Amino acid sequence: MATITASPPRVGLPALLKSPAVRKLLLLALAAAILVPLANARWASGSWPTALTVDFSEPLAKASDWIIDNRDSHPLFLYFFGHVSNVVVIAVRAVYLGLLAVGWAGVTALGALVAWRVAGVRLALGTGVAFLACGLLGMWVPTMQTLALMVVAVLASVLVGAVLGLAAGLSDRMDRVLRPVLDTMQVLPAFAYLLPVVLVFGIGVPAAVLATVIYAAPPMARLTSLGLRGADKEVLEAVESLGSTARQRLLTARIPLARKELLLGLNQTIMMALSMAVIAAVIGAGGLGDRVYQALASVDVGAALAAGIPIVLLAVVLDRVTGAAGERLGAEPEPRQGLGWLYALVAFAAVAVAGRLVGRLDWPESWVVGIAEPVNRAVDWMTAHLYSGVPVIGGTADWAGHFTTWVLDPMRDGLQGLPWWSVLLIVAALAWVIGTWRTALTAVLAMAAIGALGVWKPSLDTLSQVLAAVAVTLVLGFATGIAAARSDRLERLLRPVLDVFQTMPQFVYLIPVVALFGVGRAPAVAAAIVYALPAVVRITTQGLRQVDPAALESSSSLGATSWQQLRQVQLPLARPALLLAVNQGLVLVLAVVVIGGLVGGGALGYDVVFGLAQGDLATGLVAGGAIVCLGLMLDRVTQPTERRAKKGA
Amino acid sequence: MRVRTTALIAAVGSLALLTGCGAADMTKQASPFANAQGAKSVTLSVQSWVGAQANVAVAQYLLEHELGYRVDTVQVDEVPAWDALSQGRVDALLEDWGHPEQEQRYVKDKKTIAPGGGLGVTGHIGWFVPTYFAKKHPDITNWKNLNKYADQFRTPESGSKGQLMDGSPSYVTNDKALVKNLKLDYQVVFAGSEAAQITQMKQFAKEKKPFLTYWYSPQWLFKKVPMTEVKLPEYKEGCDADLEKVACAYPHTPLQKYLNADFAKNGGKAAAFLKKFKWTTEDQNEVSLMIADKKMTPEDAAKKWVDSHKSTWKKWLS
Repeated sequence: MATITASPPRVGLPALLKSPAVRKLLLLALAAAILVPLANARWASGSWPTALTVDFSEPLAKASDWIIDNRDSHPLFLYFFGHVSNVVVIAVRAVYLGLLAVGWAGVTALGALVAWRVAGVRLALGTGVAFLACGLLGMWVPTMQTLALMVVAVLASVLVGAVLGLAAGLSDRMDRVLRPVLDTMQVLPAFAYLLPVVLVFGIGVPAAVLATVIYAAPPMARLTSLGLRGADKEVLEAVESLGSTARQRLLTARIPLARKELLLGLNQTIMMALSMAVIAAVIGAGGLGDRVYQALASVDVGAALAAGIPIVLLAVVLDRVTGAAGERLGAEPEPRQGLGWLYALVAFAAVAVAGRLVGRLDWPESWVVGIAEPVNRAVDWMTAHLYSGVPVIGGTADWAGHFTTWVLDPMRDGLQGLPWWSVLLIVAALAWVIGTWRTALTAVLAMAAIGALGVWKPSLDTLSQVLAAVAVTLVLGFATGIAAARSDRLERLLRPVLDVFQTMPQFVYLIPVVALFGVGRAPAVAAAIVYALPAVVRITTQGLRQVDPAALESSSSLGATSWQQLRQVQLPLARPALLLAVNQGLVLVLAVVVIGGLVGGGALGYDVVFGLAQGDLATGLVAGGAIVCLGLMLDRVTQPTERRAKKGA
Repeated sequence: MRVRTTALIAAVGSLALLTGCGAADMTKQASPFANAQGAKSVTLSVQSWVGAQANVAVAQYLLEHELGYRVDTVQVDEVPAWDALSQGRVDALLEDWGHPEQEQRYVKDKKTIAPGGGLGVTGHIGWFVPTYFAKKHPDITNWKNLNKYADQFRTPESGSKGQLMDGSPSYVTNDKALVKNLKLDYQVVFAGSEAAQITQMKQFAKEKKPFLTYWYSPQWLFKKVPMTEVKLPEYKEGCDADLEKVACAYPHTPLQKYLNADFAKNGGKAAAFLKKFKWTTEDQNEVSLMIADKKMTPEDAAKKWVDSHKSTWKKWLS
């Protein structure tokens, strides 16, 4: 698109033309008037012209053959990947055997005591209860496997993220180079890179850890870089004036000043890593994820939930503990901190040794509470009663049917029916009006790349599902967020619910979703909404609550009703937060497109799963690439201000 | 640049030191969770359908209780399982539905996988309608009459055409080509996973609605939702060679077992047992139904079958 480089003419324009948006649109219309007939004459077709596609399937198939043929003999594998793989296996094994040796009482005590030291008594109790619950659900051993995997994956992610973040924080050039790389690492659906990772490392733990690191390292890198860049200029100058070297400055001033961001990075990395625990099970990582996945195979929601709850508990506990640790950082250090740690160590050792002496290292089998059966009965009852024939409002299957026919079908057909150049024009117009010509160019190029990859039609199908899901998510999310911002009680009630929805592995609710909405695109949209809603609610609530109380007071003193206050003061002032909510909604919905593929969403999500299941690198990677491009385009079209460094809510 | 190269060399060097110097063999890496108590262990791959779970559950039970092995299971689709098998990540694949490309590559060319003999179960893929519908409309069982009923199989997802429901992306299927080549007024809708497909079929059956689905036997769901096969043009050797032109039914496939080549040679009693493991469709269904419908754990289901079929499995151990 050559259009975007020209600068607008500055002759006397009527008032309307003074608006930059109108000027941009006029310019774009002019360019379109010239370019479209040309493009149309050359490649007359509604959908993306085949002349403009590049076929990657052959080189990708060759690459995958090469890896399989050389994996056992090529030096690259013998001396590099092989060792990486061995280190991962040894590390995970060491942690796992350590956890088993300490026994269930020891692990529970260790968790509770560490939580006590860094986050206080209440969270210590919560941590203890959470570990015991994992045992009660009969998931002790899988929980330990997942924990071992997580410890290693999080350490590796933090290490990789910190190194990348350090580079990006200290050098502007590295920052520019790394930013798109980090973006891609996060937007690329995990399923798409599971396959290449599996090709190189084979099924199992090493591949799972590596895939987790790819997904979980970016927030650490981003926040490290943000922290280093955000360090107070005056402090730095003061340190510099003392004649310290660059390294001293980094170690004594910049890194300590950035520790809040570093801790937030750790927190985000832990959350992302845990959300990969189930997806990693698809490539044989074992642990809780594998239990969820195997339960899915026999259509057993109860068993899947029994394995899903420990994941939620781990996530909530780790989130709260690291969060509380971050809040304590600013406060004055307690006196005699060392002594507290000593007490904790002694207590832990006592429990662990006692456990050994009593010979009770494994969780006793008689202490297991079976929840699978009642859960299955409840799910059956619910789906049987809601699926169809509910008086007046109709059953969920009817809603899903109407949603498909009235919303999804017209949207998909409309998007696919548009001539390809007009889609590019619309994208350009939206992105340019909201942002700069650079963002517009990126968005258009991303959309063009989708065409060039040869997946134009399925991509527009996916796009229609994403847009529908985001629209519903925003309506529900804004409404709930506004309600929660106005009532403390509601917010407190919502918090655990949101936690559960955000951290519950999506595989657990696939079957109820299908049982309620039938197979197709509607359940895929429903699953995406469940996943994206909590973040939107949270960001909305937070944004509204942060509105300056002075502004609120002055408006109420002017006699504004609470509705007027909301509409005319709170919402406009919270605009940046609401925009962030839109953006996050899009990112998260896009992240579960693949899960949608598992319940009949079809299009790109199905292709990615197909690639993994059939070992077809070309189909899987191309579809994954198209999802990345969609994400890039949507991000640019919805993000007018500077990109926020903090991604993933 | 020099600094970075040294750093890289240092990193690779320390990696090598950590794991013992020299080459690392990518073909010999077990799971970190294996052998946790120092026992001999076998790793079996499980596929996502219940029949495969049943094979593994019984094999696991016998390996653990009769031969004293520790068994790890890894859930993985068939094609990646071949890859894992060749690398030694898993020792055996107990139910393969026919992957000539993989067989050529790993069994014939690279010789990293050895055939483990037949499972004794014959698999068959086909198109099925629920029996309650076939009884009402007997002529549905011939593909030539499918178009007549297309509007009855319509769903919101299939639009104006009838819906032919396909399952997991890991399954062998020519359905899209079949619909086109047989000029059927149907739309293939991919459920995306077997779990989704089964859930949907159960919902349809609950309401006695008509549906047309890709399905396969042996499968436990037939006991819950009786289904009748729709006859497609007869299968002849090689009629499905060209995926674009295929216009015939699916073959009957005697399901095969495959072992990692090293394990087959040096796997001792476990390998010998897995090679002899051979049972019938009824046996498999019995265990599958206990797992999937009665929601028993695979271990309990296996125990129940083992306790009542001593004569069958005694032969596998000799």
